[in-house]
Amino acid sequence: MTGLPSSFLKALRNTLASDGLLTAAEQMVAYESDGLSAYRQIPAAVVLPQNEEQISKILRLCHQFQVPVVARGHGTGLSGGALPIPNALLLSLAKLNKIISVDPLARTAKVQPGVRNLAISQAAATHGLYYAPDPSSQIACSIGGNVAENSGGIHCLKYGLTVHNVLEVRIITMDGEPLTLGSQALDTPGYDMLALINGSEGMLGVITEITVRLLPKPERAQVMLAAFDNVEKAGQAVGEIIAAGIIPAGLEMMDKLAIRAAEAYVHAGYPDNAEALLLIEIDGVNEEVSDGIRVVHDVVQRCGAIEIRTATDDEERATLWAGRKAAFPAVGRISPDYYCMDGTIPRSKLPEVLRRIAELSKEYGLRVANVFHAGDGNLHPLILYDANKAGELAKTEEMGGKILELCIAVGGTITGEHGVGVEKINQMCAQFATPELEIFHALKAAFDPLGLLNPGKAVPSLYRCAELGAMHVHHGQLPHPELPRF
Amino acid sequence: MDIAAQIQQAIAEKQTLTIRGSGSKAFYGNVPTGEVLSTQGLTGIVAYDPRELTITARAGTTLKEIEATLAANKQMLPFEPPHFGDGATLGGCVATGLGGPRRPYAGAVRDAVLGVELIDGRGQCLHFGGRVIKNVAGYDVSRLVVGSLGILGVLTEVTIKLLPQPSCERTLSLEINELKAIEIMNQWAARPLPLSATAWLTGSLVVRLSGAESAVNAAIVKLGGEKIADGAGFWAALREQTLPEFGMSPLWRLSVPSTTPPIAGTSCVEWGGAVRWVVDSSDAPRHQAVSAGGHATLFRGIGYPAFASLSAPMKALHLRIRQIFDPHGVFDSARLNP
Repeated sequence: MTGLPSSFLKALRNTLASDGLLTAAEQMVAYESDGLSAYRQIPAAVVLPQNEEQISKILRLCHQFQVPVVARGHGTGLSGGALPIPNALLLSLAKLNKIISVDPLARTAKVQPGVRNLAISQAAATHGLYYAPDPSSQIACSIGGNVAENSGGIHCLKYGLTVHNVLEVRIITMDGEPLTLGSQALDTPGYDMLALINGSEGMLGVITEITVRLLPKPERAQVMLAAFDNVEKAGQAVGEIIAAGIIPAGLEMMDKLAIRAAEAYVHAGYPDNAEALLLIEIDGVNEEVSDGIRVVHDVVQRCGAIEIRTATDDEERATLWAGRKAAFPAVGRISPDYYCMDGTIPRSKLPEVLRRIAELSKEYGLRVANVFHAGDGNLHPLILYDANKAGELAKTEEMGGKILELCIAVGGTITGEHGVGVEKINQMCAQFATPELEIFHALKAAFDPLGLLNPGKAVPSLYRCAELGAMHVHHGQLPHPELPRF
Repeated sequence: MDIAAQIQQAIAEKQTLTIRGSGSKAFYGNVPTGEVLSTQGLTGIVAYDPRELTITARAGTTLKEIEATLAANKQMLPFEPPHFGDGATLGGCVATGLGGPRRPYAGAVRDAVLGVELIDGRGQCLHFGGRVIKNVAGYDVSRLVVGSLGILGVLTEVTIKLLPQPSCERTLSLEINELKAIEIMNQWAARPLPLSATAWLTGSLVVRLSGAESAVNAAIVKLGGEKIADGAGFWAALREQTLPEFGMSPLWRLSVPSTTPPIAGTSCVEWGGAVRWVVDSSDAPRHQAVSAGGHATLFRGIGYPAFASLSAPMKALHLRIRQIFDPHGVFDSARLNP
């Protein structure tokens, strides 16, 4: 059943291939949520266009009938950015899945939005090139979704986020017109619109084509494990590695609960007496890696590591990474449900934030496993809960909200790489004041005056923030009220 | 009088304001018009902890002071900005968005900007982005304003991501023609080499290698060529445009796909082939750049609009965005858009 006008549906049907429009609930159930499965909504209808021309026609019809649209890649997002909206059309970009061209000399790939992140690197591999941003969902996630969320990954301290690795994006605006942002050159005249579209969460336009930058594959990559008997020492080692002039390709941290869960799941050989461990990957030319590993070894030793191990071959490297990469599902094995946070903090605040998370964990009676992209201060605390216990999800969300407000209070942000979506929309009221939120709404209106693209996501209404006014009072009671809000 | 008050007054008196740091880049863009709003009083490094790999400074702080502070901690601004004058400020650097020789290999000004404080055309103080390396909350306004030449607001504070200084840098030179040089720049960039700058001028390809000494030495063995003794001096002169190639006007900067074949009249190729410098008294370079898939800026000289024109829908979008930040039209928008 769908609440959309029949004339609208008829016009859609005429625009699309016979299997391009889904309206039966049993067909649409696959689209009811993205990677944030705590939120579900059956869409009013699903369209699966095959090309840009169809997208343009669909958007024109939506514009004409004033039907809201939610764009979706492969649905792996973690903040509900692709969560259907009641009475809105869900526009899947899954069928636009072609790699249009790879230019090995210019080191670029032109792709459609439904191409999987990893497929780009696979297509570029024969030229010794790859696409650097590697969110952990890279086997499945779409490059269009990566642009919409400005996705990160394990390697972004050294190689940047999606915004640093995209040259040109073609979008169709809500009135059905194409617009090209960026170019095949390194800059364009005017404002940096490319920066605006990266991380815009499907609010400004529907992405139909992307040119990404490819990098030469590093000659060598080596990973080191350093275990600590104390989380603060591990946190300190992170800062010391950076201060020593090393930019690791990956710098990850796990706490005891995360280590134990990962070890029980994939047997990566992590030391069982460790309170925290760091995985430090150095890449580059051969000589550079040898030098870097030597420097890092000295630093972690000086910081009191109780065990240091360097992978000697690719197999050992893969084993050491396996535990980290499987951390989320591993935690899923020790708890019926978990809730993944995404705050980012200045690295120096790590010990303080960890202490406060431990206190919150005690206060709420909910266990927390901590997994971090430590190199860039991006935290992924996983709150363990049981959705079948009455009230536990609500308690978890409340505690999660407190962790995010804590991140803001120490000078950080509520989301490092997963986006705001529907999940963190209330915390946006704590991170931004009314004038900034007004600017965000106006920017959306500059692209989409009727507010039909993914309405209600990413930027809270001022009314909503006013209703949540109590949060600001609470924010004022957090440590460091003197710190500016960011 | 503080900046917000100056803006209010200008609105009341229907004046146009042109934002100025030290004026080192006043030549860039269309000729500035209006009353000068100076950022020179906004000075000082607000926060710098080398372990965070970020620096926050007021917009009027000189690049010289920032670079000296970073150098004392063996760190640097990744985009190697040109100063074009002793007093060059951080605000001017971000407002022009101009990067130097390291830009294609270590990222642009916009890539390194993490957060800004700016005062918009209503005199409102706004904060976007932050002081952390990863941040996707809200639209990326801090990068949107990079290179907007002050027409969206007065930058008052900026946070920048840093890089450690490479422990070793060497410069090589190879005598080679332009066509071959462009090809080599692209081919080498596709290999895992520690490249940090490339340029072709007066018949020579000049290449800088940066990184661990062992890695740089290994690359020198692979690449050959002749070592230049004062490499640092060469790149500084190129960056600051004190070489004879940049002494003539009108000077056009063509930003094109890096593999674009040689463009007639080119005196210098930079950025791995992605920038070509052409001296031409006509606007032929503008058409050459467009046909190559890029755009041309009249970098020095007058007679034509400084920047390439935008498509009609893009121009309309720019106007709508300008209206958001500067509804009264108080800032000198002609500097960017004629």
